[in-house]
Amino acid sequence: MSTVVGEMDHHDHHHHAPSGITRWLFTTNHKDIGSLYLWFSFIMFLVGGSMAMVIRAELFQPGLQLVEPHFFNQMTTVHGLIMVFGAVMPAFTGLANWMVPLMIGAPDMALPRMNNWSFWILPFAFAILLASLFMEGGGPAFGWTFYAPLSTTYSGDSTALFVFSVHIMGISSIMGAINVIVTIMNMRAPGMTYMKMPLFVWTWFITAFLLIAVMPVLAGAVTMVLTDKYFGTSFFDAAGGGDPVMFQHIFWFFGHPEVYIMILPSFGIVSAIIPAFSRKPLFGYASMVYATAAIAGLSFLVWAHHMFTTGMPVFAELFFMYCTMLISVPTGVKVFNWVATMWRGSISFETPMLFALAFVILFTIGGFSGLMLAITPVDFQYHDTYFVVAHFHYVLVSGAIFSIMAAAYYWLPKWTGHMYDENLGRWHFWCSLISVNVLFFPMHFVGLAGMPRRIPDYALQFADINQIVSIGGFAFGLSQLIFLWLVIKCVRGGEKAPAKPWEGAEGLEWTVDSPAPYHTFETPPQVK
Amino acid sequence: MTDTNSNPAPQRPDNGRVVRRLLLTVVCMFAFGYALVPLYEVFCDITGFNGRTKNEQAAANTRAVDTSRTVNVQFITRTNSGMPWGFAPEVKSVRVHPGETKVVNFLANNPTGGNMVAQAIPSVAPGEAALYLNKTECFCFNQQPLKAGAKTAMPMQFYLDPDIPEHIHTLTLSYTLYDMTANATPDVLAQMQPAN
Repeated sequence: MSTVVGEMDHHDHHHHAPSGITRWLFTTNHKDIGSLYLWFSFIMFLVGGSMAMVIRAELFQPGLQLVEPHFFNQMTTVHGLIMVFGAVMPAFTGLANWMVPLMIGAPDMALPRMNNWSFWILPFAFAILLASLFMEGGGPAFGWTFYAPLSTTYSGDSTALFVFSVHIMGISSIMGAINVIVTIMNMRAPGMTYMKMPLFVWTWFITAFLLIAVMPVLAGAVTMVLTDKYFGTSFFDAAGGGDPVMFQHIFWFFGHPEVYIMILPSFGIVSAIIPAFSRKPLFGYASMVYATAAIAGLSFLVWAHHMFTTGMPVFAELFFMYCTMLISVPTGVKVFNWVATMWRGSISFETPMLFALAFVILFTIGGFSGLMLAITPVDFQYHDTYFVVAHFHYVLVSGAIFSIMAAAYYWLPKWTGHMYDENLGRWHFWCSLISVNVLFFPMHFVGLAGMPRRIPDYALQFADINQIVSIGGFAFGLSQLIFLWLVIKCVRGGEKAPAKPWEGAEGLEWTVDSPAPYHTFETPPQVK
Repeated sequence: MTDTNSNPAPQRPDNGRVVRRLLLTVVCMFAFGYALVPLYEVFCDITGFNGRTKNEQAAANTRAVDTSRTVNVQFITRTNSGMPWGFAPEVKSVRVHPGETKVVNFLANNPTGGNMVAQAIPSVAPGEAALYLNKTECFCFNQQPLKAGAKTAMPMQFYLDPDIPEHIHTLTLSYTLYDMTANATPDVLAQMQPAN
């Protein structure tokens, strides 16, 4: 601190940050790393999306037109893995990196070097996964759930690559989660008590604990697959005393909390946006926090609802059915609170609000179909049909992805310093909203009519609906290019954004300039 | 560094301590994933989940026969992939009163040119019936040696516990036969030696 003047100069011009590619390679700045995560997840969204386009193109007509069934299976598998681990989770981590320090008044994440690592191992994980598609025998084709014995006895040589890439993704997520927890516990500004934290921070805090709890279980599951396949263990092989059904128990013990990992931060985002554009404080803040914690807790007690058809005893089926239905109570509290926040509010409909509103409605539709799936006897009909595909795409695309879009629009002025093109934003929203429903809503019907998921060909009576679904799919895919265009346009220029571009917005992130300076809150703000 | 008295939090929060605890949690959860394997075994043994039967000799039947009820016991057999033996029950099903003792033979033949050892693993559906199926004698308790080209009839003696729930009218006992030649116990191998 001896050369105060020099130090000040430093800060103003960011000279200590290396320029060019090394700025991004070696960066420990939470904003840089947040941007890296967000761009990476968007690229993965487009890559996984193009695989979905291959799937929908093949399913445009019955019969086999474009791809081999084995390649089709690789597409469904890698599409799922990329969207879950490459698009949704890194997008949330990117948002956490950007926004959590700004929201709690911290100068950076608590562990900046680990932050750099947790991002930079991700491209390697996905390079390995994507490269496996080009090897002899193709990439993983056993579905993103990699059920044994498909992934052990019947899988190709690429399985080892799949396992290692999942290991790396897991390590990245765990490091990201540790960073979020330490940041939130230790770096809150004076006066920022836990119950004053914005809900995005709260939901991420809880999500990070879920990640810490279940990502190691996933790592264990893939390791067991690895040793079963290559080293002669028999965790899931009945001939050696193992049990393939046990795989499903272990996988879904990870898998169900995982789906909440992909939706809890959305709840936080929507809980920030709806009050801002309703110009009213969030209704029921404390109940939102408790509902989030309740959902996280319950998520450990419902895993076997993915396995109703494996022949569980009736008692277990009832237990998991009732626990699953119980989750709709805290979720209902949240939806109620969002609606109550809007009630008699002075609402305006900018793009972030449009996406947030669509989230509330469409996520609730996904929740309802989830409740239908929770009912054990009817699940026997719905299991592994397109109804399930419709359900989880409603909660993940029009749920998680829509909330990420809403977040991007909401905070783009803060990130870039420019207002995005509102007109283009509305085009993106309406195109996405219509196409996403054309894409996923008819899947409910075709699923109820009995079309199984993960098949490259189908019975003739499903042809019309599949054609409509495919058209919706192509339209949704193309609509996302509007978003890419809009973001590039916004980064390059546009109307100068004020520190607080949204009249009703609350929170510390709006007290710093737009774009947020490279270093913020070096002197912690005082929260009253 | 000047002190900011208004900060209620400790002056230098110990990041290392939190990180160590979280890493410990990660390690524990990884271990828990593996611990699920034995936990699952124990859970299935105790509850009969997943059709796991008590694969051990039950005490001789001293229970009264409940002639008011009849349960249809079906038998299915399969061999693990790569296991060349023929394996089939002598009868597809028997009707028994709870408490009544029955013997059913399972026929096996080794069509290969080499001596082999097999082990049968039972499973019962529905799972809740598994705990009520008592075997007083069964080939499945031991490894079964069979010389090249030989045939055998393997007996299984069982009775149903009269406490079996009322709503169970049919249960299925399934046996899967595994090739154990590589892991055979020496005394089982010795049984095949003299005849060579």
